[in-house]
Amino acid sequence: MKQQNIIVIGNGMVGCKFCARLAEKDTDKNFKITTFCEEPNPAYDRVHLSEYFSDKTVDDLILQPLAWYEENGIDIHLEDKVVKIDRKKKTVTSEKGVELAYDKLVLATGSVPFVPPVPGIEKKGVFVYRTIEDLDAMMNHAKTATTAAVIGGGLLGLEAAKATQDLGLKSHVVEFADRLMPRQVDEAGGAILKGIIESRGLDVHLNKATTQISGEGAVTGMEFKDGSTLEVDMIVVSAGIRPRDELARDCGLEVGERGGVVVNDQLLTSDPDIYAIGEIALYNNFIYGLVAPGYTMADAVATQIVGGKGDFKGADMSTKLKLIGTDVASFGDIEPQEEHRNLTISDPHTGVYKRLIITQDGEHLIGGILIGDAEAYGNLLQMTLNKIKLPKDPLQLILPATDEAVDLGGGPAALPDTAQICSCENVSKGEICSAVIDGSRSVTAIKDCTKAGTGCGGCVPLLKKVVDWQLTELGEAVNTDLCECFAYTRTELYEVVRVMGITTFDELLGTHGKGEVGCEICKPTVASILASIHNDKVISKEHAKLQDSNDRFLANIQKNGTYSIVPRVPGGEITADRLIVIGEVAKEYDLYVKITGGQRIDLFGAHLNDLPDIWRKLIDAGFESGHAYGKALRTIKSCVGSTWCRFGVQDSVGLAIRLENRYKGIRAPHKIKSACSGCTRECAEAQSKDFGVIATENGYNLFLGGNGGMKPRHADLFATDLDEETITKYIDRYLMYYIKTADRLTRTSVWLEGLEGGIEHLKDVIIDDKLGLCEELDKQMAHLVDTYHCEWKDAIEDPEKLKRFQHFGNSEEKDPNVKMIRERTQVRPA
Amino acid sequence: MPETTDKTTWIEAGNEADFPEGLGVCIKHNDDQIAVFNYNGEEWYAVQNSCPHEDQMVLSRGLTGEAKGEPKVACPLHKRSFSLRSGEFLGEGEMSCLNTYEVKREGGKVFVKV
Repeated sequence: MKQQNIIVIGNGMVGCKFCARLAEKDTDKNFKITTFCEEPNPAYDRVHLSEYFSDKTVDDLILQPLAWYEENGIDIHLEDKVVKIDRKKKTVTSEKGVELAYDKLVLATGSVPFVPPVPGIEKKGVFVYRTIEDLDAMMNHAKTATTAAVIGGGLLGLEAAKATQDLGLKSHVVEFADRLMPRQVDEAGGAILKGIIESRGLDVHLNKATTQISGEGAVTGMEFKDGSTLEVDMIVVSAGIRPRDELARDCGLEVGERGGVVVNDQLLTSDPDIYAIGEIALYNNFIYGLVAPGYTMADAVATQIVGGKGDFKGADMSTKLKLIGTDVASFGDIEPQEEHRNLTISDPHTGVYKRLIITQDGEHLIGGILIGDAEAYGNLLQMTLNKIKLPKDPLQLILPATDEAVDLGGGPAALPDTAQICSCENVSKGEICSAVIDGSRSVTAIKDCTKAGTGCGGCVPLLKKVVDWQLTELGEAVNTDLCECFAYTRTELYEVVRVMGITTFDELLGTHGKGEVGCEICKPTVASILASIHNDKVISKEHAKLQDSNDRFLANIQKNGTYSIVPRVPGGEITADRLIVIGEVAKEYDLYVKITGGQRIDLFGAHLNDLPDIWRKLIDAGFESGHAYGKALRTIKSCVGSTWCRFGVQDSVGLAIRLENRYKGIRAPHKIKSACSGCTRECAEAQSKDFGVIATENGYNLFLGGNGGMKPRHADLFATDLDEETITKYIDRYLMYYIKTADRLTRTSVWLEGLEGGIEHLKDVIIDDKLGLCEELDKQMAHLVDTYHCEWKDAIEDPEKLKRFQHFGNSEEKDPNVKMIRERTQVRPA
Repeated sequence: MPETTDKTTWIEAGNEADFPEGLGVCIKHNDDQIAVFNYNGEEWYAVQNSCPHEDQMVLSRGLTGEAKGEPKVACPLHKRSFSLRSGEFLGEGEMSCLNTYEVKREGGKVFVKV
């Protein structure tokens, strides 16, 4: 049979999804797909467009690489758009003169931003926010601009405002209505949203109708109807969208009064061979401006083309997104009828606003809005879509989560099999459960086989609940294996290595593991366990292949493949002579110098080849490795204590130095930070450390399990008024017990939180020896302290090890790919 | 010197003894960088040294391992894994494939086909 020609006009997210769906369903290759894309790049993720300003590249955003189109036999015409449809001849003609015949035509031309006809809007410095080219132009203009205004305070406008802020500009949001996101939130919600946006440093101007954009050639300001003005040198217009229906109009297809191509339940236009999908399709007099309904349309048309039945019955407009760092979600119908009940909580102080719209009888949820905390979105959406009966007091659904309140009665069990869990990929609970039963036993595996959770990602928490629920139903225990290679936890492996006296990875893999080589999870984990027990050299012949890049080269890899160097500065005390050596080394090798948070000095930008020479110079001056590259003790920060400070009651620097020298080099499940303060004023911030010491009139107080960083935790007070010998003994046991029992990459704070009995349990183990472990812990620590070695001193004395510090195996050249530029007189990656 | 047979070129990468088992070594060929891995003493692989995520020349310094029997390397910068056999990206989402190269050993020397 001759292949039928399917032509898709427009290669945006929806057009691309249609190509993918049809290619997938067309197993007999009955159809030849051709798609036109006016942009230079194939379809990319517009939902996450603003990430292009932060860390994403064009390649990250592109949905399918060009190779994918080729593999699937799809002809893509880039930078070419269709300019004419001849419905009689059933052909399309492109701008570049390509003329092709179609059997079925799919319009997926999407929309363009609506630019209101304000005088001066054509001036240089006015942008729209839609394509990668728009963003490139904005970035270029922003280099010389200082202040930007976004016209339009809707979802996209706020996102654009954040983008201009990320470009380093002072940002204003100008909205015609009396509140932000007027279509989604009521007055109270708008006020809270305004507060949140302003707290992020953006200025919000409401009730402003722009009457004139001023400036000679380029924008210099805006004038408003109320007579006020605003000085800006950049404007982004985000005042809604207009469907791109000009092709359809030209060829006589039926279009709506306010634009959009009219389609029926089959998404067919007034021509039975032409479909329209996405933001151009006018269904029931409504344009769906979200990607998920567009995907549903793409799927429906692909199904029909291969001969299936795929009616479109409207789509859910629920959405959850991160707006300027704040969760915002809306679900169901958010324009309440008079008879509906409204349930609202709003707290301007914490920036949380939640509103539920409920049926008159209080039985069912119609819709709602969540701002500031959208944790409950997944559950509430399911309750709305599946008409699940509400609990007696529906307020509990939106109160801050307590342990039980999060789940709707019965959790995933209460959902029908037809409940849609992932709306981007349209995957139901039933499909997920079947996949779990068929052997996909993790969220990752489910993502692979059902694609659920791979779109916006908003459903992943609920997806995990469904997967875990189904696993429990099957009677499966949640897997705690370290990795594919070892069916043991880290703690179990630690005991195996210790009790059986295993000294190499190969021996452990041979006796207790699967496979021949291990993987990137178990290799560093076992290397760490071996080091914690035997304290062999980490880059010796048997162990080098197990180490992550940092441990393998005893330095911290940076984004451009160069390394940073942190010599140990115990307690933060350093002599002028040593400072001079650091300065001389930094100068000689042109390194970027930065003081660390732990009272040390970090030297950045060293080539792999230069590390040994740099260290030779540092070691000659008396420095040692600072283990900044290892899961090990980093630094013990201190204040000057009683030696200098008029408030100090003990010698905090002296104790910090003695403790740092005692524990340096010890490998642990994660890094360890510490501090020692000379009095209760706590200038060293010891209570935010894995272990912290605060001096008292009578000795020292010991604090355990503190953390700064991602998840701050205030340390727990463990014991008071200890002498130096006792505090050292307690810290010895604490560290060894942590090393023995914590999971991989778990800081002491998280470990302590998960420890049954918490700090009281630690007192039982460390002070009262209730588990009878103290002798073992003490012995193990004594071994580690006695076998300390400076890894760098060892490395520069061993020619075999030095061979590894070469970028090339067949040349002495350094990595020519590394490019540096200067900023504030120092080097930085280009 | 490059040795040419059947229109393909094998370049000498070095002595077998300079490729420790389980580790990668980066080889310079004109302006190209190739990461050669002595995977387990028996199997050897070679891929481009540049990680396609941010185009940094670091893959030779990545950890190797196996996932469901597939030999792979994990980039040291962000732990993205690639098959050493096919060069394919093994994680979620989109990422270009690595170029792969054939490796052979003869008379104690290692050769890469370019």
